[in-house]
Amino acid sequence: MNLTLKVWRQKNAKAKGALETYKLNDVSEHSSFLEMLDMLNEQLINEGNEPVAFDHDCREGICGMCSLYINGEAHGPDRAVTTCQLHMRMFKDGDTIYIEPWRAKALPVIKDLIVDRSALERIQHAGGYISVNTSGNTQDANAIPIRKSDADKAMDAASCIGCGACVATCKNSSAMLFVAAKVSQFSYLPQGQVERKERVLNMVHQMDKEGFGNCTNTGACEVECPKGISLEFIARMNREYFGASIVAEN
Amino acid sequence: MSNGFSKSSVGRKILMALSGFFLLLFLFQHFIINLLSIISADAFNNVSFFMGTNPIVQFAIQPILLFAVVFHLIMGITLELKNKSARPIQYAMNKPSENSSWMSRNMAITGIMVLLFLGLHFYDFWIPEIKTKFIEGNMSGLNEGGEFRFHEELVHKFTDPIRVGLYILAFLFLSLHLMHGFQSAFQSVGFNHRKYTPIIKKLGNLYAIIIPLGFIIIALVHFFNH
Repeated sequence: MNLTLKVWRQKNAKAKGALETYKLNDVSEHSSFLEMLDMLNEQLINEGNEPVAFDHDCREGICGMCSLYINGEAHGPDRAVTTCQLHMRMFKDGDTIYIEPWRAKALPVIKDLIVDRSALERIQHAGGYISVNTSGNTQDANAIPIRKSDADKAMDAASCIGCGACVATCKNSSAMLFVAAKVSQFSYLPQGQVERKERVLNMVHQMDKEGFGNCTNTGACEVECPKGISLEFIARMNREYFGASIVAEN
Repeated sequence: MSNGFSKSSVGRKILMALSGFFLLLFLFQHFIINLLSIISADAFNNVSFFMGTNPIVQFAIQPILLFAVVFHLIMGITLELKNKSARPIQYAMNKPSENSSWMSRNMAITGIMVLLFLGLHFYDFWIPEIKTKFIEGNMSGLNEGGEFRFHEELVHKFTDPIRVGLYILAFLFLSLHLMHGFQSAFQSVGFNHRKYTPIIKKLGNLYAIIIPLGFIIIALVHFFNH
């Protein structure tokens, strides 16, 4: 198929970017979206131009590195997939495809289609961990009984790969689905109980500090999330936060 | 309670929902009283007199209501501005309708339309009421003929086709606001359950249609009866 691509190009974080138009021909409908971008980059390099910078790593939907706002949707028009799992069969010959970086004050563009997602990392640092005794007498996690339904929910929450699609797609650039997943995954497990209250308070505090917007329950994040993280987790985070706030001493 | 609760995104969302819940309850009781106005003028007059003179309603519930309205408004605007600033550069191509409803994305617009109507509503009913009762000191609830004035005042306002038109328009916006607001408030306070949330969403849609439609029908009944 022959395509017209409108790609966001921006030299660096400070430069003013713009959409550039490229023609790309003979793209196989069996190729992945990132393979199509690889083709574009080969074409650009052969023409003596700067290739388009974009994030990618595992290319099998588990690492959370790829991003891209494709034709007005995070990770493109398909559901429950990352950009690397998106196939060109979702498009038609002659299509014009808009390719933009995530847009949020808290996720600034570094170059072209790459954004700085360290704000999400800082939220994790604020509480997305558990303290484990590593002195040699650590209890085997398998020896601690956990309700099957709780283990399943913790696993569902933990499937968040931190790609940032929720922020990108939310009209308010809110990171609540991400934070809710990270807060919830530990709240279901016995290992997560020790820091449970501080975790939700600290992670929400960090989220607000980073300049993300507020959730207005549009539900867009849940639809666009490549891992299908549920809004149930945001409700759970709200409960956790309310409970922790009531008993907080400061 | 943590110091940061009312300043945090989650805390504000919960407070927004709580004020919303209160307004939902208020709207329901307002609807029931309005409904009386087409069933029995006497019943409407009696209830209006009670609501207008009962000290608990007047000096406890009414200030809470005013506070809830002002709080919901100011917090709504504050959050909307913060949310707008969280995305300084917009997408060149964006398809929000692929993943969310128009109502959920435009609460500020529908909310402001309802607020504009509240201005007219206060001008029509609340300010004259406060003036009669607390400035002129007439707590009797009677007109010059010695009869209850409430039903007569209500019917009088619904004789003007422009006012009835604005009234209908405002309730259409309120309906859109409630379609998202009702279910959203439950989510905000942390109530999301696989079994009950679908029921809440259905109830929310029913509430958002029946109550505003009821208000509109009551207005039209008075308009055409006159």
